[in-house]
Amino acid sequence: MLKFIIRRLLQLIPVLLGVTIIVFSLMHLTPGNPAHIIAGENAPPETVAQIEKRLGLDEPIPVQFYHFVKDAVMLDFGNSWRTSLPVTTELWPRFWVTFELAVYSMIFSIVVGMAAGIISAVRQYSWADVTVMLVALFGLSMPNFWLGLMLMQWFSINLGWLPPTGWGSPEQIILPVITLGTSGAAVIARMTRSSMLDVISQDYIRTARAKGLKERVITYRHALKNALIPIVTVIGLQFGGLLAGAVLTESVFAINGMGKLIVDRILARDFPVVQAGILVIAVVFVFINLLVDISYKFLNKRIDMD
Amino acid sequence: MSSNLSNPNLEQSQKGSLFLNNLKDFYRRLSRNKAALIGGYLILFLILVAIFGPLFTVHDPNEPDYAVKLAGPSAEHWFGTDHHGRDIFTRVIHGIGITMTIGVLSTILGGVVGIILGIVSGYYGGKLDTVIMRLMDILLAFPGILLALALISILGASRQNVIIAIALFAVPTFARIVRGSTLSVRNLEYIDAMKALGASDFRIIFLHILPNILSPIIVQGSIFIASAVLSASGLSFLGLGEQPPSPELGALLSDGRDFIWDAGHIAFFPGLVIMLIVLAFNVFGDGLRDALDPKMR
Amino acid sequence: MKEEIILDVRDLRTSFFDDEGFEIKAVDGVSFELPKGKTLGIVGESGSGKSITALSILRLIAKNGKIAGGEILFNNRDLTKLSEKDIRSIRGNDISMIFQEPMTSLNPVYTIGKQIYEALKIHQGMDKEQGKKRIIELLELVGIPSPEQRMKQYPHELSGGMRQRVMIAMALACNPKLLIADEPTTALDVTIQAQILELINSLQEELGMSVIMITHDLGVVAETCDYVAVMYGGQVVEYQEVKELFKNPKHPYTVGLLNSMPRHDVDVDELEPIKGNVPSIKNMPKGCRFAPRCPFATELCVTELPKLDRKEDGSEVRCWIYSDKWDGDPEVKVRNEERTS
Repeated sequence: MLKFIIRRLLQLIPVLLGVTIIVFSLMHLTPGNPAHIIAGENAPPETVAQIEKRLGLDEPIPVQFYHFVKDAVMLDFGNSWRTSLPVTTELWPRFWVTFELAVYSMIFSIVVGMAAGIISAVRQYSWADVTVMLVALFGLSMPNFWLGLMLMQWFSINLGWLPPTGWGSPEQIILPVITLGTSGAAVIARMTRSSMLDVISQDYIRTARAKGLKERVITYRHALKNALIPIVTVIGLQFGGLLAGAVLTESVFAINGMGKLIVDRILARDFPVVQAGILVIAVVFVFINLLVDISYKFLNKRIDMD
Repeated sequence: MSSNLSNPNLEQSQKGSLFLNNLKDFYRRLSRNKAALIGGYLILFLILVAIFGPLFTVHDPNEPDYAVKLAGPSAEHWFGTDHHGRDIFTRVIHGIGITMTIGVLSTILGGVVGIILGIVSGYYGGKLDTVIMRLMDILLAFPGILLALALISILGASRQNVIIAIALFAVPTFARIVRGSTLSVRNLEYIDAMKALGASDFRIIFLHILPNILSPIIVQGSIFIASAVLSASGLSFLGLGEQPPSPELGALLSDGRDFIWDAGHIAFFPGLVIMLIVLAFNVFGDGLRDALDPKMR
Repeated sequence: MKEEIILDVRDLRTSFFDDEGFEIKAVDGVSFELPKGKTLGIVGESGSGKSITALSILRLIAKNGKIAGGEILFNNRDLTKLSEKDIRSIRGNDISMIFQEPMTSLNPVYTIGKQIYEALKIHQGMDKEQGKKRIIELLELVGIPSPEQRMKQYPHELSGGMRQRVMIAMALACNPKLLIADEPTTALDVTIQAQILELINSLQEELGMSVIMITHDLGVVAETCDYVAVMYGGQVVEYQEVKELFKNPKHPYTVGLLNSMPRHDVDVDELEPIKGNVPSIKNMPKGCRFAPRCPFATELCVTELPKLDRKEDGSEVRCWIYSDKWDGDPEVKVRNEERTS
């Protein structure tokens, strides 16, 4: 197991390096001189040259890359071109907002998705099953920003039950979490159903029945545990969608998270913040995938030992 | 995943008949799956609306009419009007074509590149395979539209750049699936036999491997179009895709957001239509996968 | 047959319904008796309904199937009429079952100890300590070495034969009065097969269980059973004491089965396979199910289904030849009755 984790960690190195190169090149592929952008349209050449010097833009690209990586490892992404604050200072509080949003949404997806999927599988072809699968299909096909707007219109504007924007209070959390978690819940529900159906027809479930166990015990103790592996995989895949969807959800509900920050700063051409934001999300995503892989391996351990 | 691997002798008579056989087999199984049929008809309907719809709308999609701005649905304006008094129904009808075009073009563009990389990777294996797949891993490390965001932050917001950005996201997903399917076909005995007979790699790939891995490609294509449509409209919604006054569906939703307090209908209808498009491709893709699943034969 | 009858199945019918609601009569008229402490073999080709019969006894048939008629009297209680709760208290307790596929019949995510313990807990309320003692006892009983280590292992760590022993241990956990073994050796190597059969036989004597042995192999029947029910097309066609069956088979299908297997007690120059194929379960012949393949079939056989007739000696046969209505060659009847006497 430890060997597996170490091997996977080593495999991450080229991926992380590649990700860093892509993010680094964002700034250098951009048309126009960054120093010009910082200094403003009509800045005198001396000012521009001074800024270039200060940012190290006059150095060769590989040297710049080396500095970029070195600083990034120390969580130093330079200063914002717009606010002049250290990028980390801007990013950090936003990171936790997005993190919270993502975690709550994931919990929502898993709980709702698995519950719905299990009901669907246990009562295959019943009206409950048909309803769950139809709702899941719509949930999967809905643009989450539209769902967010509609929820906002209904529950905040028409009914006045929940605040339309912001993040922090329990009331503020509900709508964004539903918005962001719905498509994940739909995917998890579908996977849970098909995986459970697969398992329920296995011989060992018949053995469990022949032992005289109750259906409830068979469903939760014997079937669910075996059905978990594909479900965990799909949950892992959902994280990517979640991080990306957070960008849209934050935009809809005016939540000051990292996604909204990135979009705002792309429009404002504030590259250090955009770079750092994208890099952080990608790195987090890579490590989540690693965790998923490990838990997958752990669950699978008992079936194939290798 | 591949269909009709059965008999290499079948296709000796004329070139490409394996391809044809596969297509026929494909259609036969497609027509047996209700979900795939419903999805297919829905897609066909949407395409017809996108092509011919604009000919039948009575309003101009971009002509403002401030006398009727922010009006709710009525007999004259079925989906109401927006803040410039433009007819939303007309704009939606025009937008369907734009949104679907972006979705389909980006899928084709990314799909072709991904298929080539996948086949090369799977067929030749070795170091080339390792390098290509590592590159794909790197692209996959950016979740969803994040890579598109990164690219658009460099290239700027435009329709062309949205297509490129989403295509870039399509490349690794196609490459992975195609590589897997290629691997399973490559090791079949008759491919070895072809090699022994001196067939060129190019010939083997085009006449024997590609036709056999069509099914997973088509399934993936349909499902990817669904997510491409979501991404494209999402980017427009963020102001990073289609620019005003384009009636792209996500852009329409973005307009609607600003007036959600007074005129909820502006956002409602474009979103509903996006969902319909995505639903159609999802249902079609799902149905295809079931229909083409060798286990279900 | 004056012994106490532990299981009496009368005219059992089990049907399945496909997606279009079409009824498939997988078991369509099965009757047999099993005296206490004896072994009954149910023999038939695949698709004859023998496994469905076994599953019907414990009401373990799939969701799209149901018991459409008949009675299953276990110690004079009709199992088909019990509530779901009552039948659960019988499963794994009074009646337990082992299956054909030891490789897939154990849950891969739990240790074998835990899987055996489940039955002990629900039926006998044992706590972990008592359970552990009993599990070790059971594993020893079925001949698994170093049971204390084994009970902590997962199914994938055991061989097929070992797994089947675990299945048997699990089945025996609550001292069942009846053990149903559904092709327990089919999936195993020949050498292991003999060991498992021997184990079941010796355990039966030791514990005084009754056993139903479901198999397609007449050799297994000869070795292990006291009585045999031969099944064809979802029906019992002949029910006999095992010695009688081998000596004097009555139903032409049984005769065909015996002629198609190698025997060491009778000298046969050539094995004769039964001609034709098993009828499709969706498209059963209207008359006798075996008529299309039967060398003696007449108009009567093709048009009318014979009843399962009980003879004075307790044996049963479902064939027109032994009825008064027989309209075929009287020679056949005489010849067969000679063989019967």
